[in-house]
Amino acid sequence: MTDAVPPVLIFVVGALLLPVIPGRLKSAWMLLIPVIGFVNLMYLGEGTHFRIDFLDYHLVLGRVDKLSLLFAYVFHLISFIAILYALHVKDSLQQIMGLLYAGSALGAIFAGDLFSFFIFWEMLTVFSIFLIWARRTEAALGAGFRYLLVHAAGGLCLLAGIVIHVNQTGSIQFDYLGLNGPGSYFIFLGFGLNCAWPLLHPWLTDSYPEATITGTIFLSAFTTKVAVYALARGFPGTEVLIWIGAVMTGFPIFYAVIENDLRRVLAYSLVNQVGFMVCGIGIGTALAINGAVCHAFNDILFKGLLFMSMGAVMYRTGKINGTDLGGLYRTMPLTCIFCMVGAASISAFPLFSGFVSKSMVMDAAASGHMRIVWFILLFASAGVFHHAGIKIPYFAFFSHDSGMRPKEAPIHMLLAMGIAAFLCIFIGVYPAPLYALLPYPVDYVPYTAPHVVGQTQLLFFSALAFTLLLRAGIYPAEIRCINLDADWFYRKGGKVFYLFFDRVLNGINRFCDRFFIKGFVKALAALFKDIAARLSLIVMVSIWLLMGLRGERLESKKTNLYADMMGGTVPIGIGAGVSTLFLVLIFIFT
Amino acid sequence: MKEPGAESGKNETPEKKYLFDNPRNVKILLGCFYASLVVLLLIEFLLNKHPHFGWEAWPEFFAVYGFVACVVLVIVAKYFLRPLVKRDEDYYD
Repeated sequence: MTDAVPPVLIFVVGALLLPVIPGRLKSAWMLLIPVIGFVNLMYLGEGTHFRIDFLDYHLVLGRVDKLSLLFAYVFHLISFIAILYALHVKDSLQQIMGLLYAGSALGAIFAGDLFSFFIFWEMLTVFSIFLIWARRTEAALGAGFRYLLVHAAGGLCLLAGIVIHVNQTGSIQFDYLGLNGPGSYFIFLGFGLNCAWPLLHPWLTDSYPEATITGTIFLSAFTTKVAVYALARGFPGTEVLIWIGAVMTGFPIFYAVIENDLRRVLAYSLVNQVGFMVCGIGIGTALAINGAVCHAFNDILFKGLLFMSMGAVMYRTGKINGTDLGGLYRTMPLTCIFCMVGAASISAFPLFSGFVSKSMVMDAAASGHMRIVWFILLFASAGVFHHAGIKIPYFAFFSHDSGMRPKEAPIHMLLAMGIAAFLCIFIGVYPAPLYALLPYPVDYVPYTAPHVVGQTQLLFFSALAFTLLLRAGIYPAEIRCINLDADWFYRKGGKVFYLFFDRVLNGINRFCDRFFIKGFVKALAALFKDIAARLSLIVMVSIWLLMGLRGERLESKKTNLYADMMGGTVPIGIGAGVSTLFLVLIFIFT
Repeated sequence: MKEPGAESGKNETPEKKYLFDNPRNVKILLGCFYASLVVLLLIEFLLNKHPHFGWEAWPEFFAVYGFVACVVLVIVAKYFLRPLVKRDEDYYD
């Protein structure tokens, strides 16, 4: 046994107690949660902890090994950084949801069985959505609903896969799954959706830029990385992942070059970076898996840093489009420097964190003699520098002078960015501590002279291309526009679907209304009234004839009776009499 | 759309000169940049390479690839992708 508690518990309890913490202590409380969580991790020895018997199955909330621990460390780190960055936010919805979201991610990576993994996986979706909606704009609301629908579909896919898998194997253990049988394909696809595979990716580029400034930092860290973890756990060495990953690294950079919203540029580069991880998992060698998860660790930090710097710009200026920004280095120099550290890290400059992890994946591809994949990855490396490395800092902080002279970011934001920037450089300069945490033993040396020079050449000549294209006026100007992506299919398709059913179902509705409600029922009602009226006329006229009524008097009595029967205004006595008569008749005839 | 805490800026005096307001500084920066490119091209010949693929040993392979890749990237994105996917900002509304 262990002295620790399940890591998810600390975040969940912390979040639930937050509303009763007095206002001034809230910040300290929130910052304390990841710290306590981290200390708890230290007591969490490797092995299997926290077994719960549920029905006929054993749930495991604490499967602790090097793979899950690595993700746990970085999740605690980024939680602390993101909470620090968000200290100015007084919206308790965002505070609580952010903590619960981080907690769910921890729950998922420590889950040793598919059932509890699925629960945490769904919690990730549910809590993250509030970080999007908390922006409280119409665009955020719409993007949030689309996010919810897409993830609900993905979650159901995963659930279907798990049910089939458990049915076939009788085990709910979450270990190596591999692609065998329909269950595993569904699970694979469910993981892939959260991983933002090509064509399944638009939920990410659609919703992350619509989330709140601080929410995006949380979002960029957890959902995709938990999916990367899940693939590394369940599908290492699955060949198709190599190609999926390669495509993921390639296509988003084209979008990133023409995108105007700088946070959306970062969202595309997030897909691109996750591509390196997916590719590494697909290659499946020790070096490749190490590279993939190492890159996930680094990506959480440098992508968080980039989103934080753009968030700071947005917080101070209220703008995020490349067309509206520019020249902010003048008054936001620190944010600018932190942004450039993030940019250098994501571009894998030597001495920055991306260099020590991305190169592992590249080397693994080269060791496997995968020529085409290697070329795509190299292209993506140059491309990511082009859009995330240069475009982001250039259009926000340099470029044309927007005339804005905003204040430097608030101190807590600068601190958060500073910590992330420090870690990016520290890992880049001295990767040994991170390498020691990787799931497989590392005998990889990133800093060889040919590698350093080759990578620097690649990046500097990409920069040269940027400079020359910009000066020649060929570089695509930022334009206010939407760029269609695969979400077109469900955004427009959804409208067509809606329109189709509007026409068809509402048409049927109108038809039924006209013919049945207004036509048939009315006719039926009239018919029955008419029959009753005529019957009573027959009876009454016979009586009146017997009584000797003739001529006009009879006619007027007939008209009055018919009108009374049709109008339903018969004196109660007559009604009662007729009813009695009716009962008597029934009694006689039955 | 404005986030809380957003400010329109323009508090400072417009006359204040910043680092890159002076064209000379931009020129110096570009000069350093071009010089470093030349150094990078030359330094390669001092290296003892042990490549995975044959072409990694070609002189200036990475420099050429990085340059060509980015030019292709921009050309494709600007002249092929953008005409294909660009729509007005209110396209989905």
